[in-house]
Amino acid sequence: MDKLFNRASKEIDAAIDLAALDSVRVKYLGKKSELVAQLKKLGQLKPEDRSRVGAEINKVKRDLQELIIERRSSLENSLLEKKLLEDSLDISLSGRGQTVGSRHPVSKVQSRIEKIFINAGFGVRSGPEIEDEYHNFTALNIHENHPARAMHDTFYFSTEKLLRTHTSPVQIRSIIEEGVPIKIISPGRVYRNDSDQTHTPMFHQIEGLVIDEDVSFANLKAILYQFVEAFFERKVELRFRPSYFPFTEPSAEVDIRWQENKWLEILGCGMVHPNVLKNAQINPEKYSGYAFGIGIERLAMLRYNVTDLRTFFENDIRFLEQFR
Amino acid sequence: MKIAESWLREWVNPDLNTENLGYQLTMLGHEINDILVEGHDIGDLIVAEVVSVSKHPNADKLNLCEVDDGNGKLIEVVCGAPNVTQGMKAVLIKPGSMLPSGIKIKKTKIRGITSNGMLCSESEIGLAGNSDGIISLPSEAKVGSKIHDILGLPDSTFDLDLTPNRGDCFSVLGIARDLAAVTSTRLKNYENTKKPPISIDETYPVELIEPNVCPRFTGRVIRGINIKAKTPLWMSERLRRSGLRSISPIVDITNYVMLELGQPLHAYDLNMLKGPIKPRISKKNESVQLLDEKTVTLDNNTIVISDDTGPIGIAGIMGGLRTAVTSETTDIFLESAFFPQHLILGRARKYGMHTDASIRFERGVDPSIQSIAIEKASCLLVEITGGLIGPLSDQSYDELLPNQLKINLKKDQIYKILGIKINNEEIEKILINLNMKITPSSEGWSVSPPKYRFDISIESDLIEEIARIHGYDSIPSIDYSSKNSLNTLTESKIDLETISTTLVSRDYREILTYSFISPHLNKQFSGIESKLVLNNPISSEMSVMRSSLWPSLLTSALSNIARQHERIRFFEISKSFHGNISEPKEVLRIAGLVAGLREPEQWGNKTEIVDFYDIKSDVQALLSLCCKDDEISFLPSKHISLQPGQSAEIFRNKESIGFMGKLHPKIIKEFNLKKDIYLFELDAEKTIKSNLPIAKSISKFPTIRRDIAIIVNENITADNLIEVATASAPKFIRNIYIFDVYRGQGIEKGRKSIAMGLILQETSRTLTDEDADQTVSLVLKNLQNQFKVEIRD
Repeated sequence: MDKLFNRASKEIDAAIDLAALDSVRVKYLGKKSELVAQLKKLGQLKPEDRSRVGAEINKVKRDLQELIIERRSSLENSLLEKKLLEDSLDISLSGRGQTVGSRHPVSKVQSRIEKIFINAGFGVRSGPEIEDEYHNFTALNIHENHPARAMHDTFYFSTEKLLRTHTSPVQIRSIIEEGVPIKIISPGRVYRNDSDQTHTPMFHQIEGLVIDEDVSFANLKAILYQFVEAFFERKVELRFRPSYFPFTEPSAEVDIRWQENKWLEILGCGMVHPNVLKNAQINPEKYSGYAFGIGIERLAMLRYNVTDLRTFFENDIRFLEQFR
Repeated sequence: MKIAESWLREWVNPDLNTENLGYQLTMLGHEINDILVEGHDIGDLIVAEVVSVSKHPNADKLNLCEVDDGNGKLIEVVCGAPNVTQGMKAVLIKPGSMLPSGIKIKKTKIRGITSNGMLCSESEIGLAGNSDGIISLPSEAKVGSKIHDILGLPDSTFDLDLTPNRGDCFSVLGIARDLAAVTSTRLKNYENTKKPPISIDETYPVELIEPNVCPRFTGRVIRGINIKAKTPLWMSERLRRSGLRSISPIVDITNYVMLELGQPLHAYDLNMLKGPIKPRISKKNESVQLLDEKTVTLDNNTIVISDDTGPIGIAGIMGGLRTAVTSETTDIFLESAFFPQHLILGRARKYGMHTDASIRFERGVDPSIQSIAIEKASCLLVEITGGLIGPLSDQSYDELLPNQLKINLKKDQIYKILGIKINNEEIEKILINLNMKITPSSEGWSVSPPKYRFDISIESDLIEEIARIHGYDSIPSIDYSSKNSLNTLTESKIDLETISTTLVSRDYREILTYSFISPHLNKQFSGIESKLVLNNPISSEMSVMRSSLWPSLLTSALSNIARQHERIRFFEISKSFHGNISEPKEVLRIAGLVAGLREPEQWGNKTEIVDFYDIKSDVQALLSLCCKDDEISFLPSKHISLQPGQSAEIFRNKESIGFMGKLHPKIIKEFNLKKDIYLFELDAEKTIKSNLPIAKSISKFPTIRRDIAIIVNENITADNLIEVATASAPKFIRNIYIFDVYRGQGIEKGRKSIAMGLILQETSRTLTDEDADQTVSLVLKNLQNQFKVEIRD
């Protein structure tokens, strides 16, 4: 019996495929196999030997069955492996179908700035791009002949109508419409008649305005520090430098420290000028507020290392595809 | 404005190095654009005396000079300058030294004679100015000393960006005064300086016939000016550093005093004046030829200086040519006057001018500086050109000069605006340092600013001054806790961000283009002439406001196609402009353009050229974000820039919200395009309106599908069929879709075969086969009744 087992188990191990294994199974466990023949002969044995021999044969049978199952699963595995190997793809080939486009970097930046301020409770307002003299200049304390009007190289349609030179007119429109307290931003396109390496005749600004009973320059500094940190995702040193805008007082331009000793201007801001409040029927003795204007292209250039402003409006795919 | 550091330090000399001085100026609101370093690369230049001059034996135009450089041994140099004379003090550069231009000086043979160095002109050593000869130094210049001392080198020049409200700072005095205030440093005394000796008693008549236009006029006659005198090097060097060219001693001196004190001066050729000088308002259409030789025709609102011949200059802007000083002028009348800011403002710009005088008068000139300036100029003239000085005439209407203001400054308001408490002593010190007169009051102070501060008239102006001198950096950041409640987050509109994201995920690139385009292009896409025309466009190609985003998208596509980009998918969300200038209308648009392959060229898909249905799928995707399917219909359009039969007008509940389709072949041809372009444009506001979904319970009963195939005429649209089919059994038909459209073999020309899948379902029970069969035959019957339908098996 031991010999039989040894022989059979060798043949099981040697079976190279499922068919060969099956022949081995038929040979040792099939109806015509020696084991079956032995079992059939059990009746001829003495009753006292019958159960012992029977148990022995059955054990061999069980052991062989187990070996066959083991061998089969191992043969099946290698067969599957072989098949899978044949089925394998060049996974380095590109995926099929449509790719993904891109956002314009200026829109990306605008949208991030909006989100930062919306999170801080600012509402978003917009206004017309074809503005009138009153909202673009007069209401903002920029009177006719004011030297500041020369700073804005304005595109005119007529003596009254023009393309807004800044997003500040939205301040006036919003205060008149909604009253105070107010806490808003207004992003959008602005236009100046200037076209060279560092100027495009159209660009984007985002204006911020907060008016309430006790809003101070110290509050303005706080919001801008927080904004710059939120935007650049790191602490950045700021410098508030006295400047002049007819519609704010005190006025400041804000520089960020970009490299070791390099300050770059990123925005203008200040406390809303009392004349502007008066023009919107707000009592400057009771209310005060701050306003700021951020150049979106400027921030986009810093954020994404764009060195030439004009590339934003050339819309060259090789430029655009770098943004997502 | 540019000023030399050494000039500034002559007026105020705080204990700060160059860099910190510049930083301090920036933090005062006078932004430093640049600090130019002067004379660090000027080489080894030495004062030398020309001991002898003789003709070069081999060249007519060259001289052979022996010069003394103080080393005891004479040096031989060859010199081509016409002005080299024996005994003159000149600038010598010796072999081995380098000129600022980078040229290294070597011993060279010039026409056979060795030159052991070079005598330099101003341009050769990097100083501008006339270079028709070598520099002639003053006789007191010490032989052998370095030229740097005479030129005040090395030095720095501050290039300042002054704000337009600070007229008082357009001078060395003005900047120095501000610097003195912030650093508490003493300012040079300028009010009681020396006066020139009066040597003749001649005066020239000035009649202030309209004193409101010129409330103060100081003037004097100076005769016998030496026309051979030269502007001293130190002066021309300071002018150069301030960006002014040296012209002649008289002009240079008036410019110098203007730069130093902020008062523009004017010198007339005394012999060209005819009759009394009268400042007055111009008459309409009077004209005057100015110094720049241009003739200006005046309006009736400009101050002119006139004599018996008419205007001889525009006050505060530019003098006239006829009475101007020339290189021959020996007798002059010098003017130093005050003109009110509001009568100068805007005038120069109107006549297309921008002068050093107009910059200052527009922003306001100190009404007390006129006599000080003219005395200073007179002293300089005596010193440089010689001449006989007449008495100073000073006519002044004090009541017409700027008033002394009294402004109430409240402590509470300072705190309210700045958010910090500054103690009284510091506030008082700041105000006094700025030459303000202060009297304490119950709420704070009553403050009188100096008359040269045209920017200070209300309390806020004073608060700004306190902040500025206290230092913006010293104001802390303090959070403002808003009383605002939370903003609502609406669902009645789809965020434009979502629209952009959807387009980007459908492989569109966002572009941003200018809002103004060429009138021709605009008309091609709108069919009408734009009424929104800029008066002063950058160019005619950018002169009208676009009434569609398509021309801009097309222009961007064209430039990319020209760079071998074959596949273009662009979108832009921006405004289009309509109506006329009295009633302009702005509409926010979502617009897109596609051309080229449907998908990027790839190995796995046979990609085809885009067509109408590709872009329609994009449009439908956008619309599905905002609207229900049954709100939208696409109807054939006759848009002027789209190809008829391949374009649609898009309606939402019967309201037109946009167009889409294939660019008209006429336009394709005009741009010589080799490919088709597909476009869409939606009115953003009308598109993004959205209704909240109202959820319905879903049916638990199974659906049955039945397919039908029919042949219909070409002109029957899918919408026609679906509408009739749905109406046949609205209770059972949940959905119908067309899954095949076939033309060709087996189908008559002008007809098409349509295969439709009907999805049937009831909400209250399971449909039977009988229900389905009945529905299908009802649908077919209705289709047959409505259209010439032939049923296929």
